[in-house]
Amino acid sequence: MDLTLKIWRQKDAKSKGKFVTYHVKDISPTCSFLEMLDILNEQLIQKNEEPVTFDHDCREGICGMCSLYINGRPHGPDDAITTCQLHMRKFKDGDTIVIEPWRARPFPVIKDLMVDRSAFDKIIQEGGYISVNTGAFTEANSILISKEDADLSMDAAACIGCGACVAACKNASAMLFVGAKISHLAMLPQGAPEAKRRVLKMVAKMDELGFGNCTNTYACEAECPKLIKRSNIARLNRQFLTAKVS
Amino acid sequence: MSFLGLFLMVFLVIHLGINLCLLRNDGGRWFTDAATFMQTNYVIKVFEVVLFAGFILHILIGIILQIHNWMSRPVRYKISNQTTTPFLSKYMIYTGGIVLIFLILHMMNFYFIKLGWVDNPISARDNGEPDFYQIARLLFAQPAYSIAYIVLITVLGFHLYHAFQSAFQTLGLDHKKYTPFIQGFGKVYSILIPLGFICIPVYFLFFFI
Amino acid sequence: MADLNPKIPQGPLSQKWSHYKDHQNLVNPSNKRKLDIIVVGTGLAGASAAASLGELGFNVKIFCYQDSPRRAHSIAAQGGINAAKNYPNDGDTIYRLFYDTIKGGDYRSREANVYRLAEVSNAIIDQCVAQGVPFAREYNGTLENRSFGGAQVSRTFYARGQTGQQLLLGAYGSLSRQIKAGTVTLYNRHEMMDLVIIDGKARGIIARNLITGQLERYFGHAVVLATGGYGNVFYLSTNAMGSNVSACWQVFKKGAYFANPCFTQIHPTCIPVHGDYQSKLTLMSESLRNDGRIWVPKKKEDAQKVREGKLKARDIPEEDRDYYLERRYPAYGNLVPRDVASRAAKERCDAGYGVNETGLAVFLDFEESIKRLGKNVIEERYGNLFQMYEKIVDENPYENPMMIYPAVHYTMGGIWVDYELMSTIPGLFVAGEANYSDHGANRLGASALMQGLADGYFILPYTLQNYLASEIKVPRIPTDRPEFTEAENGVRNRLEKLMNIKGSLSVDHFHKELGKIMWENVGMGRNEQNLRKAIERIRSLREDFWKNLCITGSINDLNTELEKANRVADFLELGELIALDALQRNESCGGHFREEYQTKEGECLRNDQDYKYVAAWEFKGSGQFEVHKEPLQYEEIEVKQRVYK
Repeated sequence: MDLTLKIWRQKDAKSKGKFVTYHVKDISPTCSFLEMLDILNEQLIQKNEEPVTFDHDCREGICGMCSLYINGRPHGPDDAITTCQLHMRKFKDGDTIVIEPWRARPFPVIKDLMVDRSAFDKIIQEGGYISVNTGAFTEANSILISKEDADLSMDAAACIGCGACVAACKNASAMLFVGAKISHLAMLPQGAPEAKRRVLKMVAKMDELGFGNCTNTYACEAECPKLIKRSNIARLNRQFLTAKVS
Repeated sequence: MSFLGLFLMVFLVIHLGINLCLLRNDGGRWFTDAATFMQTNYVIKVFEVVLFAGFILHILIGIILQIHNWMSRPVRYKISNQTTTPFLSKYMIYTGGIVLIFLILHMMNFYFIKLGWVDNPISARDNGEPDFYQIARLLFAQPAYSIAYIVLITVLGFHLYHAFQSAFQTLGLDHKKYTPFIQGFGKVYSILIPLGFICIPVYFLFFFI
Repeated sequence: MADLNPKIPQGPLSQKWSHYKDHQNLVNPSNKRKLDIIVVGTGLAGASAAASLGELGFNVKIFCYQDSPRRAHSIAAQGGINAAKNYPNDGDTIYRLFYDTIKGGDYRSREANVYRLAEVSNAIIDQCVAQGVPFAREYNGTLENRSFGGAQVSRTFYARGQTGQQLLLGAYGSLSRQIKAGTVTLYNRHEMMDLVIIDGKARGIIARNLITGQLERYFGHAVVLATGGYGNVFYLSTNAMGSNVSACWQVFKKGAYFANPCFTQIHPTCIPVHGDYQSKLTLMSESLRNDGRIWVPKKKEDAQKVREGKLKARDIPEEDRDYYLERRYPAYGNLVPRDVASRAAKERCDAGYGVNETGLAVFLDFEESIKRLGKNVIEERYGNLFQMYEKIVDENPYENPMMIYPAVHYTMGGIWVDYELMSTIPGLFVAGEANYSDHGANRLGASALMQGLADGYFILPYTLQNYLASEIKVPRIPTDRPEFTEAENGVRNRLEKLMNIKGSLSVDHFHKELGKIMWENVGMGRNEQNLRKAIERIRSLREDFWKNLCITGSINDLNTELEKANRVADFLELGELIALDALQRNESCGGHFREEYQTKEGECLRNDQDYKYVAAWEFKGSGQFEVHKEPLQYEEIEVKQRVYK
């Protein structure tokens, strides 16, 4: 299939960017979206132009490095998927595809489609873990956790930190990301002793970094490649309120 | 937001209860009694202050949050978001703004008269208080006013449709068993309350003789 | 020549590690603060090492080329992590885990290291549970196990199909906690370009800030490489796009030895190749072989029809299906080790029974399990894998069997290390997949995660102290020393040389070419003739690379093409070494299958007489390598032919 691409090009963080139009031909429907961009980049290199810079690494939907806001949707026109797993069969011959970087104040553009997501690391550093030193453990089966709780915890822990929730949210809110980490740890007895401190510090950091507020539009849930549920945001809210009033 | 919202939603139920007294073809006796009770009871007087504070805070916080949210994305997307989300949830600030306009009009028509900020269009009752029953009759007799009222109340319904379950979500009151009920209840609430309000102008326009 | 002393502690096998710990040197808390440690890589080994060392009070600097430590490719490990907990009461012991790992590695790994790995395996599970890793659980709240290839017990702990992710997030959490505490400094989007050696000891690195393109100097009293494997030398592999050998290759050029480079693992269950533009192969977890049965049609004409799309797998009757693994290996069936399963698939496809349009695929079928257990159970166990398969291939694996084919997955070879995980350069430690130590010629499933975390949580924090105890008097060395300047200049020259080729072909072009040469000649089946041919072709490709490469953009800027070129330049040298190593090893063992050396049944024919050693290669100048041999001595176990029948 032949496609028209409108891609955001920006030299570096300080420069002004603009959309540039490209054409690619004879793209196979079994080709992945990033492979299609590889083909474009190969063309650009042949013309001695700079290829389009975008983040990607594992290309199997788990590292969370790939991003891209494709035709108005983070990770493009398919559900429960990252951009690297999106295949060209989701497009039609002659389509125009507009590709933008994630847009949010805490995610500044580094170059072209690559953004800086270290804000997520900073939130985790505030308390997105259980504080246990290496070796300071008890026998694994001495902590019993019901299958239901373990499953709910795993559902939340599946977050890959890609930032699609922020990119999709009309308020650029990181509540699903933070809610997922809070929920993952809140469902486990090991996480309980520092639960209060964790939620207060992580939320304070999130606000400080300039993410927006949650207005329960649930675009995050709709776009999450790992199907993290809104109930995790509710759990975050509950933990936060209880921590605040107690 | 959520606390205040839920509080205001409770108020709406009471308000509707009193308004529905208008429907009784008794020359406004029930309505006036209820209104008088609301105006004279000291507990209610205190709540009146709380209610106003509630409205003002709800509006102020809403505006501040919205500005903050807009600032969280300084560079907008070229293609607006195509994600499938509950339609009304995206427009709370706008439906809220329209409800605010309605609120101001509504106050001018009723509450401000009582305070004497606006002239009373109708002769006062014997005890010198404005006769709100008659005012309501007068207003709803004008088709333009009634239609505007219906439209604005419908927008309030849109606001409520998202608001109810959203408030529970924000308060973290989420449960796999009860949340579906809350969501359903919220939908019913956001339809019934506006319908309740709407039947009053409809009644005055078409059925009141 | 450096000393190839493995420094194995005295005493009986089961007491070596405790003996070591009892007698090693330690560093007192006030001295720990004065010591800097550089860790390169934030995967399981790197993140767990940095976190543990930070907790101890050392000053740690950790580097990753990705935007966040959580992206390291350990995250992609699906199936699970082994430990000898014996929760199912099926007869597992530390010895048995050790034995299975040695046997699985086809008797080409160091006994003492492997025993220690098995010994600390249980602590890893305890540690991870304490960190909040949401492992799968039974209804009674205890941990659940499943079985993996090469074992007759269920000793694999797992978190759905995302075990690596959960373990890495656990280590990343601990790392983040130390970053917050100030003991660890994170340098993300930084790539290590060279090692700095001062007075014969590893004392720092030159790193390139990938955003600004600037070269930066960092000092450390010791350097730990946890930079993963080199599978991307094959271009198509299950590795991440950025996975590379460059850090290891630079230290190799500075004097560290590269051990057993030809031991590469081909994973049997990956999604087959579908086009020239393909950039990556996707793994389907080995755990699928618990419930999936592997087969091809019995009749060639059926296979032909399947290839042409005229016949559906489901329409082939049971009696016309060849469950070749169950047929050839009745004792282990579909759960034979990876090397065996991969070769068996290749054998069937080469014989003309392959089932997709290219003829390079076999079926992995869940029909029977779905009938036996119900779709729900299968969905619960493998739901995310099935979904991933469907997204990529556009076919529903609940209804049609999956099609799979082997792909490059893991590299057992790596930098030679002694028992302390120190390379032949003093002060340079190597952990995780980057070292060669524990898996011999073939790695068993669910053992990579075990090894990465064992190295990082439970081994390096001890052995590094033993080394650093003698470094407490060394003050922080300023980075304006000539050794740093020289190393930085070397890196700059190389990058400028790459930029100045100004040819016409992209990096990917060369990488793909190299991949083809490697896969065809140094892949699943190797022989002398092809290996010699590969060496010739790699050499001429390398020459072409340095003449015709085209890199756009600038050197002092974010330049992904330059990053790739730098990595591919090293792969082009490594490829030759792999072929050389494969050529000198005139036997078949584990993942290294020399067609000249096989039994009548087509199994590996090992030669313990002549090749029971670790081949440790030394760099002797451009294109020149010399092999040293570390003999392998087995005190506790009897070396046997590896039978899974």
